[in-house]
Amino acid sequence: MSKETVIEVSGLCNRFGRNSVHENLDLELYRGEILGVVGGSGTGKSVLLRSIVGLIRPKEGEVRLFGRNLLALPVAERSKLEQRLGVLFQGGALFSSLTVRENVALPLIEHAKLARRDAEELAEVKLALAGLAPHAGDLYPASLSGGMVKRAALARALALDPDVLFLDEPTAGLDPIGAADFDQLLLTLRNALGLTVFMVTHDLDSLWTACDRIAVLSQKRVLVADTPENVADYDDNWIQNYFNGPRGRAAYRAVQGN
Amino acid sequence: MEAAEPNIRREKTRTVLSGQWTLAHHRLLKQLLVRETPPEGGVVLGEISALDTAGATQLANWLGIERLERVLVEEEGLQPERKALLQTLLKALKREAPPKVESVSPVIEFLTLLGQQTEQLARHFWQLSGFVGLVLQSMFAILLRPSRWRVTALVNQIHQTGLNAVPIVALLTFLVGAVVAFLGATVLGEFGAEIYTVNLVAYSFLREFGVLLAAILLAGRTASAFTAQIGSMKANEELDALRTLGLNPVELLVIPRVLALLITLPLLTFVAVMSGLTGGALVALVSLDIPLGQYLGILADVPLKHYLVGLVKAPIFAFVVAVIGCMEGFRVSGSAESVGRHTTSSVVQSIFMVILLDAIAALFFMEMGW
Ligand SMILES: Nc1ncnc2c1ncn2[C@@H]1O[C@H](COP(=O)(O)OP(=O)(O)OP(=O)(O)O)[C@@H](O)[C@H]1O
Ligand SMILES: [Mg+2]
Repeated sequence: MSKETVIEVSGLCNRFGRNSVHENLDLELYRGEILGVVGGSGTGKSVLLRSIVGLIRPKEGEVRLFGRNLLALPVAERSKLEQRLGVLFQGGALFSSLTVRENVALPLIEHAKLARRDAEELAEVKLALAGLAPHAGDLYPASLSGGMVKRAALARALALDPDVLFLDEPTAGLDPIGAADFDQLLLTLRNALGLTVFMVTHDLDSLWTACDRIAVLSQKRVLVADTPENVADYDDNWIQNYFNGPRGRAAYRAVQGN
Repeated sequence: MEAAEPNIRREKTRTVLSGQWTLAHHRLLKQLLVRETPPEGGVVLGEISALDTAGATQLANWLGIERLERVLVEEEGLQPERKALLQTLLKALKREAPPKVESVSPVIEFLTLLGQQTEQLARHFWQLSGFVGLVLQSMFAILLRPSRWRVTALVNQIHQTGLNAVPIVALLTFLVGAVVAFLGATVLGEFGAEIYTVNLVAYSFLREFGVLLAAILLAGRTASAFTAQIGSMKANEELDALRTLGLNPVELLVIPRVLALLITLPLLTFVAVMSGLTGGALVALVSLDIPLGQYLGILADVPLKHYLVGLVKAPIFAFVVAVIGCMEGFRVSGSAESVGRHTTSSVVQSIFMVILLDAIAALFFMEMGW
């Protein structure tokens, strides 16, 4: 498989006041791959995601999406590029004044220029794909459970059938069966649509089943980005504890068993 | 790009689908699928050059779920990834029950709405009185125990609601004072009684306008802030978090705000009266040629009770504004839109209540001859 770079992060530095989160971080994402991003709490995974999709202006360094720097583009082009991205935020970030169905239909109406009826019909399908029960479409986000929020947010991220999908802890708060379904859905979509996925996760099962590569964030940079097996063998204290601790080994055995 | 468009080609025993079945071609696809009836014979999907979930959904809706399932079993030219996508989609579609829309006659709908609104209004007043009771009860409970006084929060609220409001209150009442003086000059001047303009300004500001304007400004400025602050905490489950920590949101959030307004509104009333009188004095001096000394002399003859009649209303208005602002905050539910709705509602309600109470008080004082 020839590797085409979709996202290229080079020399990224992010600081909040005196608190430096990233120093000289480099990362590449290739077309059609699912990259798992791991790291301890507060190591800057969400901040990395936000700077890639252009929500944070890095102090130094550059992020290139499809070879272009999002922050340097004129507004119209930037919007066009952004439509090729789908983002699931850690907290869901559903629009609280719209029903779940309207949340998913919004980008379809605004960008794909679908009629409201078509958009809502398609939204219903996406919700079903994300594993939500039919009646959930009429609810407002305030009356959803935590797992349902995640699913609805996934449906919205998938609304425009994006080229690149950013997921911030998508399986946190899902029941294990739902999480396994989620992994399968991700693989199916990736295979059929050639989706590229940037997935922040702490879910070891997801890492082993779904991810082609894993990037470990530590010491303010990407310590290593490689196949799961190679990363698990990497000589670093934190990584060894992460992958070869009791939970890590159990997850690995489960995958090997299949 | 001709070839890229979705297309349906009929051959002898089978129907061949081709082109890009994607979201970008949604409208074209829709038109195409309305034109073409679902075929009887075999269907070939292998020539479709691009397929995403939107296109797949349209395909499934067109062929029907069972039909597509059979096609997928028979089809051999289709890439396995696409087959997996379609199968996943079919599984999802089968789970979904069609949403049913019940139609209700407009009369029933109207009656339902009327009933709901009435019940809501009744419940609202019930809640308001309950909340007032709750606030009074916790206020007295706290007053007896100085260890539970939240001095920092109180001072902070006084700063925000009182000190920060001084410029706007002073400016507005100054202008209204000048306007009242102009009005007096116009009307009273016709009778040659310009000098009574001073009395007009003095009585109106001491008895009514000082406290009324200050209270209305507070309602617009502070009741809305209270609702938005408490409301967004409610929407963010922060109030629930407080409760589970064994803390009482009323004691923590409401009491300091109510007390702060009880302290600041009388002070702001004083500011309002003073700058209203100043505005009147300026107009008197400039356009009526009443020297400052004479103005002050007339003021000095106005009995003190008129000032007290105005001032006595301040704590009542303050309590009403604060309680309505806070209660609306507690009534917020979940969404950002709800925060906005209740903020508006708290401003409207508190201004309404302030004016209503003022009218009642004016009637009462007049009958009492105060
Ligand atoms: N807007 C902000 N202002 C100041 N500091 C911030 C901001 N956003 C994030 N940070 C800091 O950046 C660091 C990284 O935060 P980030 O949210 O990326 O963590 P994370 O790796 O996603 O953690 P988790 O796994 O818990 O989600 C933290 O120390 C956080 O305090
Ligand atoms: Mg995070």
